[in-house]
Amino acid sequence: MAADIMTRGARGPAKPRQPAPPRRRSFLAENPSVLWFMLALGLFTAVVSVLSEAFGAGLLSTSLIKVLGMTLCLCLIAIAMDVVWGYCGILSLGHFAFFGLGGYAIGMWLMYARTEIVIRENLASGTIPPTETEVTEAVTAQIFGVVGSSELPLIWSFAYSLPFQLAMVVLMPGLLALIFGWLAFRSRVTGVYLSILTQAMTLALSLYLFQNDTGLRGNNGLSGLQNIPGFLDVPQSVISMWFFWASAFALGAGYLLFAWVVWGKFGSVIRAIRDNESRVRFLGYNVEGYKLFVFTLTAVASGLAGALYYPQAGIINPAEIAPIASIYLAVWVAIGGRGRLYGAVIGAASVSLLSSWLTGGGAPNIDLGFYRIIWTDWWLVLLGLGFVLVTLFFPKGIGGLFDYLVRKRP
Amino acid sequence: MTNRNLLATAATASLIAAAGPALAVDCPIQVGVLHSLSGSMAISETTLRDVMLMMVEQQNAKGGLLGCELEAVVVDPASDWPLFSELTRQLLTVNEVDVIFGAWTSVSRKAVLPVLEELNGLMFYPVQYEGQESSRNVFYTGAAPNTQAIPAVDYFLEELGVESFALLGTDYVYPRTTNAILAAYLADKGIPEEDIFVNYTPFGHSDWSTIVSDVVALGAGGKQVGIVSTINGDANIGFYNELSAQGVSADDIPVVAFSVGEEELSGLDTSRLVGHLAAWNYFMSADTAENEEFIAAWHDFIGDTGRVTNDPMEAHYIGFNMWVNAVEAAGTTDVDAVREAMWGQEFPNLTGGTAVMNVNHHLSKPVLIGEIRADGQFDIISQTEEVPGEAWTPYLSESATLVSDWQELGCGMFDTATETCVQLTSNY
Amino acid sequence: MPLSFRTAPVLACLICLCLAALHPQPLAAQDDAPQGTLQALLQTHQEEVARPSRNSVALVLDALLDAQLDGTLEFLRLWQDREVYERDADGLFFYAREGQDRMLVLTDIDTGEEAGVIGSREINQIRPNAGVRREIAAALVQFELSDPDPARRLAALEAISRSPDPEQIPLLAAAIEGEPDPAIRERKERVLSLLIARHGSDSAERVAAIEALTGDISTEARRVLNQLLQTQAGIAGALPEDANIERVRSPGDDLDLITAYDRLADAGLAPARRGHNAIRDALRAHVANGQVGGVALHRLSTDEARREAYRTLEEAGLVPPLVTEAAMQAAVAQYVFFDAYVEPDAAVTDAARDALDSTRTKIGIYQAFGLTLDALSLASIFFLAAIGLAITFGVMRVINMAHGEFIMMGAYTGYVVQLFIPNYTFSLAVALPLAFAITFGAGVAMERLVIRYLYTRPLETLLATFGISIALQQLAKNIFGTQARPLTAPDWLAGSVVLNDIVSISSIRVAIFVLALMFLAMLVVILQRTRLGLEVRAVTQNPGMAASMGINPDRINMLTFGLGSGIAGVAGVAIGLYAQVTSEMGANYIVQSFMTVVVGGVGSVFGTLAGAGLIGFLQKGIEWFNPGNTLAAQTYMVLFIILFIQFRPRGIVALKGRAAGD
Repeated sequence: MAADIMTRGARGPAKPRQPAPPRRRSFLAENPSVLWFMLALGLFTAVVSVLSEAFGAGLLSTSLIKVLGMTLCLCLIAIAMDVVWGYCGILSLGHFAFFGLGGYAIGMWLMYARTEIVIRENLASGTIPPTETEVTEAVTAQIFGVVGSSELPLIWSFAYSLPFQLAMVVLMPGLLALIFGWLAFRSRVTGVYLSILTQAMTLALSLYLFQNDTGLRGNNGLSGLQNIPGFLDVPQSVISMWFFWASAFALGAGYLLFAWVVWGKFGSVIRAIRDNESRVRFLGYNVEGYKLFVFTLTAVASGLAGALYYPQAGIINPAEIAPIASIYLAVWVAIGGRGRLYGAVIGAASVSLLSSWLTGGGAPNIDLGFYRIIWTDWWLVLLGLGFVLVTLFFPKGIGGLFDYLVRKRP
Repeated sequence: MTNRNLLATAATASLIAAAGPALAVDCPIQVGVLHSLSGSMAISETTLRDVMLMMVEQQNAKGGLLGCELEAVVVDPASDWPLFSELTRQLLTVNEVDVIFGAWTSVSRKAVLPVLEELNGLMFYPVQYEGQESSRNVFYTGAAPNTQAIPAVDYFLEELGVESFALLGTDYVYPRTTNAILAAYLADKGIPEEDIFVNYTPFGHSDWSTIVSDVVALGAGGKQVGIVSTINGDANIGFYNELSAQGVSADDIPVVAFSVGEEELSGLDTSRLVGHLAAWNYFMSADTAENEEFIAAWHDFIGDTGRVTNDPMEAHYIGFNMWVNAVEAAGTTDVDAVREAMWGQEFPNLTGGTAVMNVNHHLSKPVLIGEIRADGQFDIISQTEEVPGEAWTPYLSESATLVSDWQELGCGMFDTATETCVQLTSNY
Repeated sequence: MPLSFRTAPVLACLICLCLAALHPQPLAAQDDAPQGTLQALLQTHQEEVARPSRNSVALVLDALLDAQLDGTLEFLRLWQDREVYERDADGLFFYAREGQDRMLVLTDIDTGEEAGVIGSREINQIRPNAGVRREIAAALVQFELSDPDPARRLAALEAISRSPDPEQIPLLAAAIEGEPDPAIRERKERVLSLLIARHGSDSAERVAAIEALTGDISTEARRVLNQLLQTQAGIAGALPEDANIERVRSPGDDLDLITAYDRLADAGLAPARRGHNAIRDALRAHVANGQVGGVALHRLSTDEARREAYRTLEEAGLVPPLVTEAAMQAAVAQYVFFDAYVEPDAAVTDAARDALDSTRTKIGIYQAFGLTLDALSLASIFFLAAIGLAITFGVMRVINMAHGEFIMMGAYTGYVVQLFIPNYTFSLAVALPLAFAITFGAGVAMERLVIRYLYTRPLETLLATFGISIALQQLAKNIFGTQARPLTAPDWLAGSVVLNDIVSISSIRVAIFVLALMFLAMLVVILQRTRLGLEVRAVTQNPGMAASMGINPDRINMLTFGLGSGIAGVAGVAIGLYAQVTSEMGANYIVQSFMTVVVGGVGSVFGTLAGAGLIGFLQKGIEWFNPGNTLAAQTYMVLFIILFIQFRPRGIVALKGRAAGD
């Protein structure tokens, strides 16, 4: 698919001729930030590992490791968001739908397989070995008993299979993005309309999942996902590190991939689409194809991020993909700085970490004598206003500061 | 530990040493409070945070516990279920709290369970719920179905002669499971399936016109209709407004609610809802000396005599005092020791009589049914003796043979048919 | 089985009896009461009076009515009104009223004299529940049907229609003659005819009464008819001659084979089917030497192996035989399954069925009409919530995410006004313009401070206004707390407009509908007939051109933004009157409002109207098909909108020409 679009794009009759740079510099030379980022990420991972409870000094608690791991996943989806919005100009307010779908896909396996292990252990202790039907029935009763149902929904038919559900992690968000994107781009829905349409998509999905009849346990969602089947005896301090490393690796790989995608000619075309879609179309490029490719690719990356995120969070429910989550995603990217991948990472990491620090009761309240500032009460007000200020005065976000530094260098 | 604390501990330790053996407790004793202070459940949960702060303050005024000050660690899970799970881990591992009082919706409890069981924490859960659970690490101080829903339905069947039921609920685990239990129970009682109308709405639902009309229309069927409401949170306001607008009188179609107490009614004009019902283990209107004292202390603490008290507040009151007594009995805040000391703990109810913590981690409490008054309070029209809460309902086939007994059997999900412990951890 | 609710009162009785035995006083008190007084009579039924239950109250009522003592009527009325008290010390009954310092002043129930004061904890207010009160009301009927007070007479009629009883027929018939009030007389005749239809003794009379109900769609008439048509399932070897059969069910056709068999088993006519795990449990009970019925234990993990083992046991006579499908069919074939009317008179049931059938079409039409009204109401709410957004979006291409928070501000304004002005009507009259003014100001401030810097970046206004939205939401939380606040409608808006027993709509929804119409009219007038409207339309169609024609777009933008926000504020008051006022109420409406605007078409009042109408009707329509699940309706509605936008990306009412380009 991707290759197809690229070649079609390349065959464009009015191929813009560049003033012929003698030879292209290598990817890394043109993107020094990638190296810096990889270095920082590697350093961060190493430091966290050394300080962790499971493999090091024990200065960082397991819960903090989980928060950090989850933050890395959020950084990954933020990069995806940055590519689709900051580079391609599609303000998607629905990317958390893909994130959630990835989480649900892996969550189904985690939940089913773990329950099955527990059930088999219990039934094996009986005098008579269980039949397969009995095992399935018992698993169903365990998973769906809490929502007052006793039948295994059809979509759980392959939940026992890890490869199948892993494929789903990629396929479900990918297919949804492909179909939705094809419909939307084909009708030339752009700008604000497209934003609202993507918002409608994530709203529809979350409403759909909220229904009990959907078979994904409605509002309860899937829980106990932090217990990994086959490793039920491994302490969470160790498992959290595994997921932390996996998340760091995924973020690194995602960064590399997206940096490569937005580099070179492909990157130029999608930036051109952002700046003036009609002109690119008149130049003969298949704008819809490019947009669809970017939309789908970022959706798949979001799905992967979700699949890594929810085993660390331990629970997923439809409220996770409510429209507000995706708006926050846009906020992170905007604060961090659009159109630069490290900006998205900075935005996602700083805002989400600050949020959880301030609302988690970790920050000391400030007593002004006449009034006590309680962070839980005032954090959202500050965030909201701060965000308005950033939009008004620093449209390039925090990442814009780097430009400033770089320019000042002699 | 600071020097001052050390001195204080040393001083108190020497005092206690006269009475008993030296105690291994880290001062101050940390009490985690895990209630949503924002989001859709804040309407109900914020009060519980306040009541916990009041109780901690009172206990400190009485000289603390085991010679230590109590310290409340308040966090805000923001009605966000994953955040409940994350903050529980934080409370247990970072703040190292000795006990947690928290959660309201069953979804949030289910989110917290795996973390509690993994880290061997201790939580007191103060709200009526759907049963079908008995975690090693949770004490349920609210009502189980047999101490709220089933008696309320019995009241409908026997006292009001209801023959046709409308089960209206918010779409999540508590209403779903409760309605499943009630449907099985009603089938047992000979109510045919076609006389049970079930409807689920999302959290915060506000467009009730059609649903209420549908229920009113059931009245033409020739049978006495009654509504059993498991609607949660602020959706109740729209629901009751619509009931009163359509003039649904309690004499024609009575409503019994399981999640509506004084707190929820305080946002409503109840003059047109007089006579509708709620089933709880506590009503603010209970006329006892303990209740009067509790209400006075609450008004004093919150600085507003207009504030009401409700059932989950009483549950926290009983739970907290039982925990304090259990810690004193165990001489430590160690979870395993406190658990064992909790079994059989007794504490006076605010409505009279004594609550007892059973070995299935559920309370024995009286069941009260109240009729809404014009002033937003309830007239208590029925009060039973203490009824022990059942973890597993006998009315659903999958749980009919299950019992919970942590003392003798050491198992919260014991199958009496096969004589085996089905599992030690809970379903979530 | 732990102590259940039903056994608890019995236990309470036992405890009381024990206490009574321990304390001689209460018994003595009984002797104290002079014979032949009401108190003495009541003391013989002490328990039933003090803790009345629907099942036991008849005993007391019969005794009271038989004895015909003085003061019975007053006692019954006060008992029903919860003004009878039981003194803890001796179990005697008193009337009481509140005195000073939480003390109660007692009145003797026989003499009517004061009988001292007592603390509220030493006396027990008797609170008969609704079921008991209904029984008492029924007992009072004979006294009250001819009471001088018309309210009492009406209450007595209500009591009859709630608990109809054959004995009431002569009482009611006798009470019609002397009725002075024509309306109550008519009502009495109606209740009597319903009573005769249900409980009359003469078949012809009943059929006549039932035929009079033909085409009557009132709930009470249909209730009577449906009660007459209640059926009971029966099983017999042959169809019974004397029963009034509704229909015969043939198993396997309109009766499930398993259900049919279970009914046989329940009636003791066939051996019960074994439970779900019967085979496993039976095998488990017969394990010997690591095998069951000759099959090794480890092989028993398949159904075939288990059945094989069970057959071996069955042949050995160790376990009862399994009920096979053939056996079930054979057993079922021996019996007739039928539904019989509880009412034995076939003429009556035929008439009732005809009368009920005659109402069907009419009811269907009215139900559809009622649904239409609901949809209209929902559409008007969506319209009110969205129209402000539509104006700002249309004129400035600015998506205002804080629009929902303006709705919230309006609602809280209404709440605050009610704190200061206790008269609900007057406070509403103040709140509506005030909400408009406040949100108008907030809108203008936001436009001046934030939005005008972002006109070149429309997508970023979306984000900036989102920032304002979360800040405002949290501020509201900090100021008003997280609890829902009451916004009470005045009495004249609290009821509903009733067309008949099927169609009714709450007044507040009618008011919202009227309000929506008013705003529609107002906006149309402003946009089409005023200078401001002309300028707004000009800026909507082409801001650059408008500016060059001497229109100041800045001013227009500011005013439109204020207007849009102001309308949101008024909508907030309206929405707060029927739903909850919380800091998050705006968020519930914002996404739907966007969709209304986008579906309707941007920049057009009528477009928004069409969008709101489409969404409202669609949602109600889907709910109609799936009444048990409100969420499904919302889901499918959103999906529909997504698809709709694919085919009409510019909405229902699309701007044409250059204005359409963005």
